[in-house]
Amino acid sequence: MTYKKLKRIDLIFHEDCDCRQVLEKTFSKSNDEVINDILESGLKGRGGAGFPTGLKWKFTAEQPSDERFVICNADEGEPGTFKDREILFKVPSKVFSGMAVCAKVIGAKKGYIYLRGEYRFLLPQLTKALDVFHKEIKDLLDFEIIIQMGSGAYICGEESALFESMEGKRGEPRNKPPYPTIAGFRNKPTVINNVETLVYAFMICKHGPTRFKELGTSDSRGSKVFSVSGDTPIAGIYELELGMSLDHFVEEFGDGDTKAVQVGGAAGFCVPRKKFNDTIIGFEGVPTGGSMKVFNSSRSMYNVLHNYLEFFEEESCGQCTPCRVGCQQLIKGIEAVKKGEQKAAYLDQLMKLSETMKLASKCGLGQSVANSFSSIVDNFREEMIY
Amino acid sequence: MPEVQELVKSLAEKYGRKRENLLHILQGIVEQERYLSDVALTEVARELDLSAAQVYGTATFYSFLDTEPRGKYVVRVCRTISCDMKGKNRIIQAIEETLKIRLGETTQNNKFTLLETNCMGWCHEGPAMLINDQAYTNLTEEKVIEIIMDYAKE
Ligand code: SF4
Ligand code: FES
Repeated sequence: MTYKKLKRIDLIFHEDCDCRQVLEKTFSKSNDEVINDILESGLKGRGGAGFPTGLKWKFTAEQPSDERFVICNADEGEPGTFKDREILFKVPSKVFSGMAVCAKVIGAKKGYIYLRGEYRFLLPQLTKALDVFHKEIKDLLDFEIIIQMGSGAYICGEESALFESMEGKRGEPRNKPPYPTIAGFRNKPTVINNVETLVYAFMICKHGPTRFKELGTSDSRGSKVFSVSGDTPIAGIYELELGMSLDHFVEEFGDGDTKAVQVGGAAGFCVPRKKFNDTIIGFEGVPTGGSMKVFNSSRSMYNVLHNYLEFFEEESCGQCTPCRVGCQQLIKGIEAVKKGEQKAAYLDQLMKLSETMKLASKCGLGQSVANSFSSIVDNFREEMIY
Repeated sequence: MPEVQELVKSLAEKYGRKRENLLHILQGIVEQERYLSDVALTEVARELDLSAAQVYGTATFYSFLDTEPRGKYVVRVCRTISCDMKGKNRIIQAIEETLKIRLGETTQNNKFTLLETNCMGWCHEGPAMLINDQAYTNLTEEKVIEIIMDYAKE
């Protein structure tokens, strides 16, 4: 197993950058060249799913249509994730610039930022920054960015639910296919990228693909913004090279008594101490949208799991039965085992239920409940019972 | 209630009367009125030529589009894991005692409503809460009482 040492990177936050200059340089290239740069860099979506960004742009550009859109997904709601807020707060013009590059290469005239309702306090500042940006690029590109507010629904971070919400409907995920690159917002070809992905795309335009590609591993190129919370003395936002071992991560961020790390938030995986050494943070190991939550020995993993399940139960859109009813049954189930109303073996039944949810749910929410459920129950079984 | 009717009309004029503008209009009403009354929802349906069920169904989907009366200041304390680990229960209790209401209730003078919410993106600085759009972090019992009292004085 090969992993990288933990290394801090500062591509996103600290580097000063004349956005207009980078845009001019980028726009002097052909659209194909820009897409090739993004492909070449190996950038994968930073929301968690990890689809190659260059391909997304390419597919959308190639889809015949009179209209295309670029959408910035700023609806991060995964418990433990707060990196996009920091990015939008600190370097908004890099986000706008990433959208502008995408707009140019796919041929979009309009872009939207779907900002979660919880971040409404950012709106005045973002609007101001956007005004400046629009003026700055007026003679470069015919492109307008509009900010659209969410209203407190985690599921709207799912891309097709986000489109539904933008169209004035309940934010319920659509059936796939068709994928957004073919029929997204208003059924037009749409690139939807999260905040961090767009900034990285822009930084790749600034530096060329090589600098990015040299970081990380063959499966997980580049660096990534992590939000670290829980039992850590240094909670916060860190930009780190991908491919580090969890061991090194805990050495740096733990409090000396770390018993588990939840990688990727409630929808992610819980890794226990004995596996820190051979767990890689990246697509070849445990992928993450950025949330790293540290638990020390004082924590009850039963409580942790219960809290996650409550979260899912509340945020399930209710469209499909495995997810809607499954979440409720998992909660009732672990409560029953804890109270001794069910035998410990009942946990295995619940594991099967979570596997069914993975197979039969329509979207990522219902599909990913099993990740935290089975990793916590597997690794901390006795805590579920006693 | 002609006032609400006027508000709905002006919002419909501002944003447009297409389905796509529904959320903007609902958000605009909540901003003014703090919640969506039946009258407001029916009025929106009429103005946008949608069925009341479509409008109601959309409104109830979103946790910030309240369909029950809310106070002038809606206090939402994060209940998700990090804030839970950092003691959100104590924070809620402190607010309950200060305002003499329970979770989900509104004070008699209609000034405060106390609710729970899911992760609001301040996990590294929990416990956290929102009062309307404003976020407050690293809360302690003393701090939260002070904040609430400041609002109460207004
Ligand atoms: S899996 Fe859950 S959230 Fe996703 S569509 Fe089904 S019910 Fe809705
Ligand atoms: S868990 Fe409370 S803000 Fe994220």
